[in-house]
Amino acid sequence: MKKFDTNTAVDFVVVGAGAAGGVVAKELSTAGLDVVVLEQGPYLLEGDVAHDELENWAFWNSPRIGRSMLANNHERQPNTFRKTNNETAVVKPTIQYGQCVGGGSVHFTANYWRFHEIDFVERSRWGSISGTGFDDWPITYAELEPYYTKAEWDLGISGLAGANPFEPPHSKPYPLPPLPVKSSGVLLERGAKKLGWHAYSAPMAILSQPYKGRAACGHCGYCECFGCEWGAKSSTLASVIPMAEDTGHCEIRSGAYVRQISVDRQGRVNGMVYFDGQRQEQMQRAKAVVVCANGAETPRLLLQSTSSQFPNGLANSNGLVGKFLILECGAGATGTFEHPLNEYKSVVVTRVVQDFYDADPKRGFYGGGGMDARFDDHPIAYAISYRPDLPRWGSDFKRAVKENYTRTLNVFAHLTSLPMETNTVSLDPEVKDAWGQPAVRITYRNHPDDLKNMAFFRERALELLQAAGAKKQWGWPVEEVTMSVHLMGTCRMGNDPETSVVNKYHRAHDVPNLFVVDGSSFVTSGRNQPTCTIQALAYRAADNMVQAAKTGEIPSSF
Amino acid sequence: MENDSRRQFLFRSATGLGGAWLNMQWPAILAAQNHAREAANSHTVLVFQFFSPEQAAEVEAAAAQIIPADDTPGAREARVIYFIDRALVTFDKDKQPAYLLGLRELQVKTLELFPLAKSFSGLTSPQQIEVLHAIEKTDFFELLRLHTIVGFFARPEYGGNHNQVGWKLIGLEDKMTYEPPFGYYDAEYNKRQ
Repeated sequence: MKKFDTNTAVDFVVVGAGAAGGVVAKELSTAGLDVVVLEQGPYLLEGDVAHDELENWAFWNSPRIGRSMLANNHERQPNTFRKTNNETAVVKPTIQYGQCVGGGSVHFTANYWRFHEIDFVERSRWGSISGTGFDDWPITYAELEPYYTKAEWDLGISGLAGANPFEPPHSKPYPLPPLPVKSSGVLLERGAKKLGWHAYSAPMAILSQPYKGRAACGHCGYCECFGCEWGAKSSTLASVIPMAEDTGHCEIRSGAYVRQISVDRQGRVNGMVYFDGQRQEQMQRAKAVVVCANGAETPRLLLQSTSSQFPNGLANSNGLVGKFLILECGAGATGTFEHPLNEYKSVVVTRVVQDFYDADPKRGFYGGGGMDARFDDHPIAYAISYRPDLPRWGSDFKRAVKENYTRTLNVFAHLTSLPMETNTVSLDPEVKDAWGQPAVRITYRNHPDDLKNMAFFRERALELLQAAGAKKQWGWPVEEVTMSVHLMGTCRMGNDPETSVVNKYHRAHDVPNLFVVDGSSFVTSGRNQPTCTIQALAYRAADNMVQAAKTGEIPSSF
Repeated sequence: MENDSRRQFLFRSATGLGGAWLNMQWPAILAAQNHAREAANSHTVLVFQFFSPEQAAEVEAAAAQIIPADDTPGAREARVIYFIDRALVTFDKDKQPAYLLGLRELQVKTLELFPLAKSFSGLTSPQQIEVLHAIEKTDFFELLRLHTIVGFFARPEYGGNHNQVGWKLIGLEDKMTYEPPFGYYDAEYNKRQ
């Protein structure tokens, strides 16, 4: 891999080697531009991950007993949480994101849903919703469609275009056929058919056949929350990052934790200050900067980057950096079945239902979503959780675990979350991380319609389980969101510099050589499956950066 | 498993390694995995590093009530006690005081309910269950439950789940790869198609 000197200005510094940063790095470097990617997490390879639930523990939905290898570590980097501005935030794990080369695309479920046309123009179709920042995007589905296709073919997505009667137009089919259906998919399809709904083959960022020198999925089942041992999951680590490195124009610098974006006297960015693995401060000089650090860390970095020209943080002249935070909304139900499903094998999702994707005024609230069927608990996570079907210990507990581990199914709905200006990422005034930097402070309350939508989808999930023939089923509690793995909306894109942070090409309104590309660019939530759209946006933004470099509009080695 | 060296291995820098894994084929990966597993298993020695034999007997008896043996093996047969003992000298070192305190609580509750008892492990099974019900809201019980379950289902290399009894109980077949059909309903579905 190429190594760059910190004192020589490279064309671009990219912050974050995740779903977006990996794509941007590949696109810029294959165009011949010199790129340094600063990634705070480690550079793990396939041989570093194992079929080991204890070691790979990546989520905290149960007491955390292992170390989080692929995600942010709250002991080193705590966040604080409060519901409203009137409260003092307290330390409480709220945000979870991939923290390794490849970012969240390494451990994600690999659901790869495109947005629909409606997701970009929903404000125009639905009307305004008072007290929210519900708005249209500055781009349409048609403008993004070529980049969805590019992402699917570059990264390697398996699916069946045309199988979903509600899907938006695809200019090309998926490059790979769907993965084999699992019992979860069969039961979802059975339930949907009975109810007159439509289950279709899930588009997944996992290879069903060998592709571009990578092996096909071996159905090992250590998938969501794990790193893939075969490189069959189409993370940026397995797909585009090696391509970027092969150009000789890209250095992935892991263990580099950014502190501040440096600006020159003209108010242009000229480099990135970061801590290296020894916690020594370094500065990588650059002609332009692309921040792809996720919906929480991106605004945090901009807010930390204060200077005499930018006293409120970079790209924040209108005060909107960190506002309109969107956290994921989900709902669902669990059921048990007569025969073993053996969901511990293979990929997590094989069928999806999107009959309730669009919001419908008849429901009496705004909201929509899509549903998949899965059972994604490994044995430890399953057995230590508190569930209505599990006594806590003793022979009844043992019998229930034995009976239900292979026979349990969740219907999981992925839902809209309304953007609210009062929901924010800001810098905590007291709490610091292990490097002495201010902790991320989350202020968050759901709009009442989010909760109504969750209750609506819980009922649909129960109907599906019942129709699929579950012996028993129960709905999940409907609660305000206080933790999230999908972080969106905090540097929203728009045409008006007064009401948005970046323009439709992800360039900061305030700083011409600063770009922000990740979930923070989102104007609205979509249906809480953001990765596909984050990556399509990244391809589109990078395309524009290359053009700008070619025309000399931004300085580069061209 | 030697945790510190493993951590260093994981957090190594990327120098010179990028893309090298691309050339790794499945057989090589499988062989590497199997080798690692055998190496780990060969170091399994049934010696306590934290507990005294008396303490181990008490903890093991309690764990064996959380996951009892019936027609299938329980926590005792899974050697969960060795998992816990090893955890307390490696990745869960900071839980040592909780165990020492918890063992005292267990002793106190045992004597309170059964004044003539010599130890918790010396009680009859129904008596042990009674004592555990009396402490089941305590932090110690919660920790012991967690460790027992983890030791029962974690990879055998960690010292518990001996002979994969945990996985066998729940019908989890431990293989590196699987092929469809995976479960009952997809097998049935594929037959119909």
